[in-house]
Amino acid sequence: MTVTKTDARVTAAGGGEPAAAGEPAGPARSERLTALVQQHGALAVLVVVSLVASFSFESFATGDNVGNMATSSAFLAIVALGMTFVIITGGIDLSVGSLFALGGVLAAWGSRHGTLVALLLPLVVCGAIGVVNGLLVARSRLAPFIVTLAAMLGARGLMLALTDEGADTYLIGKGSFLAELGQGTTFGIGNPVWITLALFVAGAVVLRRTRFGQHVYAVGGNEDAAALMGAPVARTKILVYTLSAVLAGLAGALNAAWLASGVTILGNGMELEAISAVVIGGTLLTGGLGYVSGSLVGVLLLKVIQNVINQIGSLDSSYQQVVSGAFLAVVVVAQTWLGRRRQLV
Amino acid sequence: MAPPAEVLAVRGLSKTFPGVRALDDVDLTLHPGEVHALIGENGAGKSTLIKLLTGVHRPDAGDIVFQGSAVSFATPLDAQKAGISTIYQEVNLIPLLSVARNLFLGREPRNRVGLLDFPRMHREAEETLRAYGVRVDVRRPLRTLGVGAQQMVALARAVASEARIVIMDEPTSSLEPREVETLFSVIRRLRDEGIAVIYVSHRLDELYAVCDTVTVLRDGRRVHHGRLAELDRLSLVSTMLGRELGEVRAEGLTKFTGDHHATDAQPVLEARDLTVPHQLHGVSVSIRPGEVVGLGGLLGSGRTETAKAISGALATSAGSVTVAGVPLRGGSTPAAIRAGISLLPEDRKSEGIVPGLSVRENISLAVLPRLSRFGLVSEARVDSIVDTFIERLRIKASSPQQKVGELSGGNQQKVLLARWLAMNPKVLLLDEPTRGIDVGAKAEVQKLVDELAADGLGVLLISSDLEELIEGSDRVVVLKDGAVVGELTGDEVTEDKLMRTIAGHAPARDTVEEAATDG
Repeated sequence: MTVTKTDARVTAAGGGEPAAAGEPAGPARSERLTALVQQHGALAVLVVVSLVASFSFESFATGDNVGNMATSSAFLAIVALGMTFVIITGGIDLSVGSLFALGGVLAAWGSRHGTLVALLLPLVVCGAIGVVNGLLVARSRLAPFIVTLAAMLGARGLMLALTDEGADTYLIGKGSFLAELGQGTTFGIGNPVWITLALFVAGAVVLRRTRFGQHVYAVGGNEDAAALMGAPVARTKILVYTLSAVLAGLAGALNAAWLASGVTILGNGMELEAISAVVIGGTLLTGGLGYVSGSLVGVLLLKVIQNVINQIGSLDSSYQQVVSGAFLAVVVVAQTWLGRRRQLV
Repeated sequence: MAPPAEVLAVRGLSKTFPGVRALDDVDLTLHPGEVHALIGENGAGKSTLIKLLTGVHRPDAGDIVFQGSAVSFATPLDAQKAGISTIYQEVNLIPLLSVARNLFLGREPRNRVGLLDFPRMHREAEETLRAYGVRVDVRRPLRTLGVGAQQMVALARAVASEARIVIMDEPTSSLEPREVETLFSVIRRLRDEGIAVIYVSHRLDELYAVCDTVTVLRDGRRVHHGRLAELDRLSLVSTMLGRELGEVRAEGLTKFTGDHHATDAQPVLEARDLTVPHQLHGVSVSIRPGEVVGLGGLLGSGRTETAKAISGALATSAGSVTVAGVPLRGGSTPAAIRAGISLLPEDRKSEGIVPGLSVRENISLAVLPRLSRFGLVSEARVDSIVDTFIERLRIKASSPQQKVGELSGGNQQKVLLARWLAMNPKVLLLDEPTRGIDVGAKAEVQKLVDELAADGLGVLLISSDLEELIEGSDRVVVLKDGAVVGELTGDEVTEDKLMRTIAGHAPARDTVEEAATDG
């Protein structure tokens, strides 16, 4: 360890390129290591927990269990994908849980008018709510927390109105294309899982390889500077809230298709689960830094831990939440500590 | 040869803010390839003029003619697109994004399918930055670069966006001397390419080194314009201050009287072998009552770190601090404050003032616990302390209730100083006490430092302004790469000797390795 420190120090001191070659004193290697842990720490924990679980419980690593975990993760993952974009811009979207439930009900209601209506209706309605969120945050400069809290209450109200206070349940007919989308499998893996994977690949490309993606990072990193540098700050914000809402609606529709009905009690607290998954995945809550892949890992980790607690069986279901809460606290503390080490926050 | 057509012509520009005539009928002409110094004290109207030119504010009266046509920019972005780029005192980039992404944000090269072309972006970023003396891995996050290099990236960005005019607002306030040299060579290159530069700085050396023409503003009006070479330094200062030439000459450029009563008394502060891994390697400093000790050295030599280590703000792995013979235990900021050490930090904004609170609240912030009994604060005692310091430090505020954020930089600095003086310190650590404040306020702060030393305080002075350091200090301890490389006393305290000391020593590699082994 001594040798490493000396090396780093001498390099920093002796690396005097002419003029303004700005190498600040400090070990770049430990910085890279910390960055690596922050980005991939959740993945390492996921692997360890999964390995331990598959040795401890016979029923963990079975095809059925893994398949169930994957499918039930898919819906949360789609919501978390949109949330990742919002959080990287430094915002937050509390409306996704309600939009998830609204999307499911709209899809089930719309399925009576054909598959196209069933799929488009939730996307259009949730998307419109997302546009309003975005406009209020970007143009009226209101706090995202309040704007999306209002949308969360409003969307749930709308959903309850559609279902007569939850008394009406709309079903999705067996054998329809929509039902197939939710319940069918391709190569033995549930269709929602494939859709989720495709969305994440697309999401990663958009975030890393397009101008829009650059603007998302720029807005979260330093909004004023981004504006001065010519990034369309307002447009970027409107787009991320719209994207988040559309994805929440889509996730709700797929979930309804999987369950064959629009269940009104779903989605409570889902926004917080999605935020947790994003933070566990290494995205900074303060914005400017984050990874789509990390959010996927975060979702899987949450689901695996829930599953492990179920496997233990002896644990009262109320205590499940205590354990998940404690776990989340540990991860957030670790992420914050790593962030401070890198002097990000 | 006829002079080339002007790139910018400002006529009769005026701007009034509530209660203040910020700019009054100001003219400014700029030709391609001209480097124009814009100077004046704080509040003279420099910032307002720049903000009008860059679309932050709209003028009440007057015209801005840019490249032959009258313009009116709605936002800074509009001005930038038209060809007026601005480099601000604080780097305005995105620290978490990579260097290359910062450089290309908004105009990234794309490949055939519309995705970002990273290989090309990185190649071009490296090529561009090489011309600015920055040789770094452009994929690294911007924040891992030194402030100077970040400033160069901002400059490269501004110039790359096909600017016809580049406005530089105190670009050197965070640069090292060699980085300033690079900046100057960039400015000269811009000049050769026919780009006009408006250069704002409080540092006279820099103005004379790089500027051709000058506009002096005072109280919102243009009081002088012409070739800079035709105006000597003293005339420049007197024009800027509106004072008589003789007066300035008699008082010198800085307000320091020079010598203090350097007593032979016991040191009031004795710091021995302060070591902070990677930052300080056995730094020792002692200060006697009534003495001003300067800390010399380049940016990053460990000056700020030394002050922070003494005040307990930076954890040390070895070394001791003794105040008036009593060893300081714990190494925490509260312990240091109790022992009588006060630190005026380098970064007023983030580590010092609370802009939303009033002058009164800011001054009494640190001393409150001492003025309270059973958790209740005596308002009368607070008032008397606040009034005393407002008077003694000549703080210009409309009332003690005025928000500190509304005061000028110099007065903010005085408020901070008052906060620490209210604690009755024995030792005052001043880190860049006059950075970014205008000449008049600078002189006042310097005069105060003198008075405080005369009252028997021990003062540690850190300043990148060599003139200030030399004239203000009785002794100068010179740092380099986190270690003491020399000490200047008596007649040795000269700019020449200081620069020789900084330049003369090879990096103290033994110390470095020793420290690393210890850690």
